[in-house]
Amino acid sequence: MDSSNLLSVVTFVYGLAAILYISSWIFKKTLPGLLATWTAFLGAMGNAAGIIMRWVESYKLGIGHAPLSNMYESLVFFSCTIAVIYLVIERTYKNRIIGAFAMPIVFLSIAYASLSPNIRDQIQPLIPALKSNWLIAHVMACFLGYAAFAIAFGISLMYLFKQRDKDGESYLLSHFPELSVLDNLTHQMVTFGFLFLSIGIITGAVWANSAWGSYWSWDPKETWSLITWFIYATLLHARMMRGWHGKRIAYVSIIGFLAVMFTYFGVNLLPGLHSYAQ
Amino acid sequence: MKKENESADFFSRLWNFFASIRLTVVLLLSLAVTSMVGTFIPQNQSPAAYFHEYGEFFYKILSVLNIFDMYHSWWFQLLLLMLTINVIICSLNRFSTTWKIVFVKIPPFSVAKFRSLSTKEEFTSKRPIKELKKKCEDIASKKFSYCRVEQTDKGFFIFAEKGRWTRLGVYAVHFSIILLLIGALTGSIFGFEGFVNIPEGETVNSIELRKTGQIHNLDFGIRCDDFSVSFYETGAPKEFRSTLSIIEDGKSVLKEDIIVNDPLRYKGINLFQSSYGMLPPEKITLNIVSRETGMAYKKTAKIGQPIEIPEGMGTLVIKDYRDSFNYKSLSLGETFIGILNKKDGNSINIILPLHFDSFDKMRKGDFIFSVTEYDNRHYTGLQVTSDPGVLVVYSGFIVMIIGCFGTFFMSHQRLCIEIAKSGNNYKVIVAGTANKNKLGMQARVKRLSQNLARL
Ligand code: HEM
Repeated sequence: MDSSNLLSVVTFVYGLAAILYISSWIFKKTLPGLLATWTAFLGAMGNAAGIIMRWVESYKLGIGHAPLSNMYESLVFFSCTIAVIYLVIERTYKNRIIGAFAMPIVFLSIAYASLSPNIRDQIQPLIPALKSNWLIAHVMACFLGYAAFAIAFGISLMYLFKQRDKDGESYLLSHFPELSVLDNLTHQMVTFGFLFLSIGIITGAVWANSAWGSYWSWDPKETWSLITWFIYATLLHARMMRGWHGKRIAYVSIIGFLAVMFTYFGVNLLPGLHSYAQ
Repeated sequence: MKKENESADFFSRLWNFFASIRLTVVLLLSLAVTSMVGTFIPQNQSPAAYFHEYGEFFYKILSVLNIFDMYHSWWFQLLLLMLTINVIICSLNRFSTTWKIVFVKIPPFSVAKFRSLSTKEEFTSKRPIKELKKKCEDIASKKFSYCRVEQTDKGFFIFAEKGRWTRLGVYAVHFSIILLLIGALTGSIFGFEGFVNIPEGETVNSIELRKTGQIHNLDFGIRCDDFSVSFYETGAPKEFRSTLSIIEDGKSVLKEDIIVNDPLRYKGINLFQSSYGMLPPEKITLNIVSRETGMAYKKTAKIGQPIEIPEGMGTLVIKDYRDSFNYKSLSLGETFIGILNKKDGNSINIILPLHFDSFDKMRKGDFIFSVTEYDNRHYTGLQVTSDPGVLVVYSGFIVMIIGCFGTFFMSHQRLCIEIAKSGNNYKVIVAGTANKNKLGMQARVKRLSQNLARL
């Protein structure tokens, strides 16, 4: 079994975990919830093992490099980080409903990587521009940031659902964490994501400077990451200094995540080039 | 007098305008939205391309607004400038308050404030006061960097705090933004960006600037001693490597290999491996077959110099080399073009594609020409940059990361433990505040109080 096969299996494990989380939320049963946690944990372990195997395989092929060099590898890493961050939150807050919103993102990301015909899962040799330790730092930091933003996005959605039901009548929403907890979690995830997005942009700039001699050239991918940064900076200032809370913050966090998605997927559709695209 | 008032009034209104966080939000969002434009409209193409794409009317409008180089347009730079002024004024506005909080010898504590906290923890203890005091002091001084005890009639207070300086994190972040702008400005004024192609074995002293196309002279020469390119089995490029020498006063002072991601830096100028290519050959070897006699001849020809054709049939000049050549919509690739001057005074074009040896057969002439050898020399394509602002920008990067970390994940935490005799026992109150992550602080206070109560 090679890493691609293992990661395909992991895709289904995550899918199962997502279904279990959703059913434990809808049917309010503990057993599926407990199973969901263990399944998600298993998935995350398999995911991490897959990444390490792929690393080893690349060395066996004589083209050794960290498995963070193309779309497939970055999506796989993305899934793993969301799953891990989510499991930490679940442990801290003792609430599994967030899983019903986070685990589907984990599943979709790795499923897209494994199943989309546009994404090659072979291990490819690195072209000269990608041979840099800054690149590894860059990709890791960006995806840690994106993972936190993805979770903030899921929690913001939960916030918006919950606040529409002020009287607590809805059966589905009754076990959601308190609004204030959701609001606070969104903020925490955004600050975490913002720090890593900043580190990601910075390491990317340093990498560009070592490869091309200019740390910033306004290419669409760079520009979109900066747009994302501006949006989340707005969120932080509005919240810290102007007292925005709740709904408005949830909306900005959702818009921010759409910008993340565009930075990642949409930019490839634009004119111009980023050597890391594809 | 009135005038002075007016100008003071104007000044303070300007100050207030720039001291507003609402302006920050507006500017950040404006930057986010306007930045998108330049990603949908490709930047810095030729005017003709834009004209073709958008038509005359929109071309004129867009070019008046500088949309085709929008990140360097006056209005975009104005937004950045306003953001910078905004950060500076805002920070100045609040800095003195923060300064007073951060740099005090004896941090003030307000007992009333702690007592009025709704999140305070309370319990009673039967322990002797000495023991209680020691335990409280131990815990507080272990967990907090500052700790002091104050005696009261009924007992004592312990005040403790830590992370006062983390209040400066924001200013570090904002300062880093100023550093980035200064660095970028320095780079754009005093730096340059250009490129040069150097054939193997040759030396250059000047480069071509990217923006203006002007020639820029360097204080030293760059010689390309060697260039090599290697490929993976898949055909993808593996490594481009140039061996470069720096020449000063005719002597080589430094020799180094560069590859992509590992440039050569010399006297503030950076040389990056960026591209490569083949030089047009100067000398080729031709195979010439006579149809009549079947004899084959080998001849070397220099570009532009006529050679005699065997059997006294005339002369051939290799005129030109093309990287690609199309013949009747057939793409032939690298090709030499020659002129055959026949003995009878007629001259015809000869086409010699490198990859199609028998192409000249189709001409059905007296001789069939083909290229057997040609000298191939690489040239290395270097990106040459100088950016005296990079160090400032990089220090901005570091300050920003540290500042962000301090702002987001550390806080100024204060703790107050009050112990007062009530009846035969002691009443203990534990309360704490933090300027950020208040829920986290609540949990810490609770844990601490449980710790003490278990005594
Ligand atoms: C890199 C990320 C940034 C972080 C983490 C950050 C953080 C903060 C924080 C925590 C405050 C509250 C200060 C206080 O409590 O005294 C603040 C205020 C402010 N920030 Fe930022 N900021 C960042 C970037 C920016 C940028 C890009 C601007 C652009 C103008 C900006 C402008 C302001 C302004 C005007 C204030 C209010 C004045 C002040 O308290 O100093 N910040 N920022």
